[in-house]
Amino acid sequence: MDMRKPLARVRGLGAAGEGVGHWWAQRVTAAALVPLSLWFVISLVMLAGADYAAMHAWVAQPWVSVLLILFIIATLHHAQLGLQVVIEDYVPTPLLRIASILLVKAVAVVLVMAGVLAVLQVALGG
Amino acid sequence: MAQFRLPKNSRIGTGREFPAPEGARNVKRFRIYRYDPDSGANPVMDTYHLDLDDCGPMVLDALIKIKNEIDPTLTFRRSCREGICGSCAMNIQGGNTLACTQAISDFSGDIGIYPLPHMSVVKDLVPDMERFYAQYAAVEPWMKTETATPPDRERLQSPEERARLDGLYECILCACCSTACPSYWWNGDRYLGPAALLQAYRWIADSRDEATGERLDALEDPFKLYRCHTIMNCTRTCPKGLNPARAIGEIKKLMVERR
Repeated sequence: MDMRKPLARVRGLGAAGEGVGHWWAQRVTAAALVPLSLWFVISLVMLAGADYAAMHAWVAQPWVSVLLILFIIATLHHAQLGLQVVIEDYVPTPLLRIASILLVKAVAVVLVMAGVLAVLQVALGG
Repeated sequence: MAQFRLPKNSRIGTGREFPAPEGARNVKRFRIYRYDPDSGANPVMDTYHLDLDDCGPMVLDALIKIKNEIDPTLTFRRSCREGICGSCAMNIQGGNTLACTQAISDFSGDIGIYPLPHMSVVKDLVPDMERFYAQYAAVEPWMKTETATPPDRERLQSPEERARLDGLYECILCACCSTACPSYWWNGDRYLGPAALLQAYRWIADSRDEATGERLDALEDPFKLYRCHTIMNCTRTCPKGLNPARAIGEIKKLMVERR
């Protein structure tokens, strides 16, 4: 039974002293994704029907590799930040909340590593 | 997971029906949430048929008429009946607002009246406001200074500095905004809610206050402040026409500015 007064409950454990970084990173990646996604979608449309060799040559261009890596990192960082907020909103059970947030972050890290490695292998002559 | 259905003992049944008086020609139906904690029964919706030709223009007038003339057990808060005390905040036909400033004529069909959403109900239309007031107390809504008060005059403010408090000082703490906010519904135990945050900004924006940094420190938290996702139900529902979402946005901007 919780016999604390409402003020004690509202104050809880105090302010964590963070949250700005998370919030700001979400805005910055969102802004970065506007040009990056446009570039990515337009490039894919223009490459429609290209064969393996053409795609390979496209990815291998230095500036395309750079933009692709930025696109992969920005997308997954943004997605991971957003999913964390959704989980915090809707999953109240502490253990389940922490476990699902860690899972989302782990998946994001793995996908970033795999994506970046793939681009690098092509770019550096795999 | 989040609970999307009402718990079993909160599900609403059908209640009694109170017909209109003989000869009434301008009849309006009011469906009102009734809950009596002493009975142990589930809440019900009672239906009251009122003759609008013999009733004041506002929803509060109808509630007072029901209580005075039809059913004295109907329980609700009210005081000033002119939109300044915030007591009669309730959910009227799907929107949180003050019964005293909400005209009956704004609605064409029946009018459904519920207590403020997602609050513990004390009785009928009376929600438990304890946590809401504690959230207000938690933002320490008073001027904090170290500089001594001038002995011969007030603490001065330029007209521009005073103007920054417009749109903030008018808040009457009726709780319409906080109880309209989904983030407050799901995480009201940790999220302070739009009302308390607008009040926090009222003191952050005050040029005479000397504790701005401490105030921001106390809010810098993923839950206390950052549960606001700019849904803007707060601004849409505010019966005083204020913009809590903007006030919260200003706090977030200051958080970035001081990094």
